[in-house]
Amino acid sequence: MLETSTEFKQNAVGAMADAGLQKALARAKPQFAKKRSAAVDKLPEFEALRETAKNIKNHAIQHLDYYLETYAAAVEKSGGTVHWCSTAEDARQAVLKICREAGARTVTKGKSMVTEEIALNDFLEANGVTPVETDLGEYILQLRHEPPSHIIGPAFHLNREDWEDTFRKSHLDLPVDRIFRERRDILTEARGKLREKFIAADVGITGANFLIAETGSSVIVTNEGNGDLTQTLPRTHIVVTSIEKVVPTIEDTLSLLRVLARSATGQDMSVYTTFSTGGARPGDPDGPAAYHVVLVDNGRSNMVGTEFQDMLRCIRCAACMNHCPVYGAVGGHAYGSTYPGPMGAVLTPMLVGIENAGHLPNASTFCGKCESVCPVKIPLPNLMRHWREREFERHLQPQTMRAGIALWAWFAKRPALYRLATRAAALGLGRLGAKRGSFARLPFAGGWTDGRDFPAPEGDTFFARYAAAQKDKK
Amino acid sequence: MTRQAIIGAIQRGLKRGPLPADQRAMLAARIASHPRHIIPARGQLGLAGRITLFTEYVEREFGTVDRLASLDDVPEAIARYLAGQNLAPALVASPHPALQTIPFASKPMLSVRFGVSTPADPVSLQHAFAAIAETGTLMLPSGPTRPTSNNLLPDNAIVVLPASRIVGCFEDAFDLLRLAGPDDKPRGPKAKPRESFMPRNVMLVTGPSRSADIEQTLELGAHGPRRLHVLIIDGES
Repeated sequence: MLETSTEFKQNAVGAMADAGLQKALARAKPQFAKKRSAAVDKLPEFEALRETAKNIKNHAIQHLDYYLETYAAAVEKSGGTVHWCSTAEDARQAVLKICREAGARTVTKGKSMVTEEIALNDFLEANGVTPVETDLGEYILQLRHEPPSHIIGPAFHLNREDWEDTFRKSHLDLPVDRIFRERRDILTEARGKLREKFIAADVGITGANFLIAETGSSVIVTNEGNGDLTQTLPRTHIVVTSIEKVVPTIEDTLSLLRVLARSATGQDMSVYTTFSTGGARPGDPDGPAAYHVVLVDNGRSNMVGTEFQDMLRCIRCAACMNHCPVYGAVGGHAYGSTYPGPMGAVLTPMLVGIENAGHLPNASTFCGKCESVCPVKIPLPNLMRHWREREFERHLQPQTMRAGIALWAWFAKRPALYRLATRAAALGLGRLGAKRGSFARLPFAGGWTDGRDFPAPEGDTFFARYAAAQKDKK
Repeated sequence: MTRQAIIGAIQRGLKRGPLPADQRAMLAARIASHPRHIIPARGQLGLAGRITLFTEYVEREFGTVDRLASLDDVPEAIARYLAGQNLAPALVASPHPALQTIPFASKPMLSVRFGVSTPADPVSLQHAFAAIAETGTLMLPSGPTRPTSNNLLPDNAIVVLPASRIVGCFEDAFDLLRLAGPDDKPRGPKAKPRESFMPRNVMLVTGPSRSADIEQTLELGAHGPRRLHVLIIDGES
């Protein structure tokens, strides 16, 4: 997708003023947290499983070279083909080549964030292959030419009226005066439209949640069944996925599945969890003849051995963004990147460079909720802090910000002076604001007072009051 | 070559070259023994408990369950179910040996075709290889007698499940798959797990298809079946 992370601040202001988005956020946010905690409460082993999940992914990454080679050998043995791709461009070309060799005019697609990351749809379209998104949320976004705003609920920012409006404008062959009485009518219309596409497609493209070294299998997880139709009906199945998805065995995968859906949608299991291994076997009455895996690196191998290696554990459940106060205020599009929210704030600078995504790791209150709900215990706030340090080291922030931080640091290193200065400020402001109790405007504090009043300090500083209390005790 | 470039970058990051032979052997042994991790307590019940829990979870996930004494009762149960849903008495059945022994002739009104579903078929009958009590999940591997299309295309999916194949946890179900011969049965006590036991496709299905993409509100019947009806058969292995 077109990355607009450099414009995060303007995007965020726009998002806060977007009434439709704010309505969608107000509806979705409490749901996300409630569903997860209900599912977690029903499984006493959940906390222990988070530790297991973390250890499995750490083990896989520590031996990533071995497991990738073992996985690739197993894929080839089951009759599939692995295409190793260093860059997004390599991956796009690999997919196009397979589509051309299959003589494909239309391809159906299951939901895949990696194909968003490598901007596959626009590329295929420009080269004469029509991609059709089949996940309900991705389908409407394709009709609206919008990127996803959430990694598992891509269209959660839309309201029912947006769905009806888009379907009326796009499905021009259907009666103009048809009525959408309930959500089911919207779903039924999409189901009918997409059935035609599933049948007509020459190639089906899906992502993968996990790759299994033991068996050469790829695993997808969906609720709709669109991913399964995508990979069952066409002659060719292409899995577009990334290198950190590999785990050693089926048992490792099963442990990760136990934390994935619970963290994501609050389900014990998604409706369809499907393991695909190679193409159709002799005697199989259906299924694709050819099975390809487009294995994308796109900067991930450079994270191995750095402070960002922990991020490679991510299983893309979206719990971090579902519980994030910043994401909850501005939604996903404001981030201007394929991956929004806390996980996106760590991953995006790796994919597009910190010089293009410096705002994202700064768009955090460091409340720590993301880390506390992460099923693989990624220390997200710490990783965002690492990005802030790198940004500071490379002098990427504005001069005024650096000067402000330098001034603060000078005082902070001189505690006596720091206390004296803050005490003078507290007492001075307290006296000035004693009558009204707050300030509507303050010099150097426009960022605060533009949105709300600044309360006038009541009495002395904490240090001064603490010292006085200690003296009274004696 | 790209493969070497990616592997090389990973090894540089890990500050080592290719793993030495002894460490490779340890990792190969870990794969060969595929150790289990934590198994939730609710995935370790006896058969009666497993059947109860499986039923409870299928129903919680908006599926329905009927329990029958033997395969002989299937035609009557299907006819009853289809009538109850106002559906025509016709279905496409997977050509699984167990399904082929069902005495459909006892219900001449019920029209049965063995084969692969098309989008025009409203009802399918599938045979489950196993089921997992832990979450109310069916295991449906692909193969000559279990077309994947029959799990997906019809609006109404009916699944025959021998009660004895309801296991506690996912790991138990995959162990059955590791040992199974072409007829689903274990290949004798001395048979070793096959080297490549995975069929082209293994679906773990928990309830009927659904989507919450429209305003986070659950609607059943997205792209796969709108209804999932499980027939648990007591007298079958």
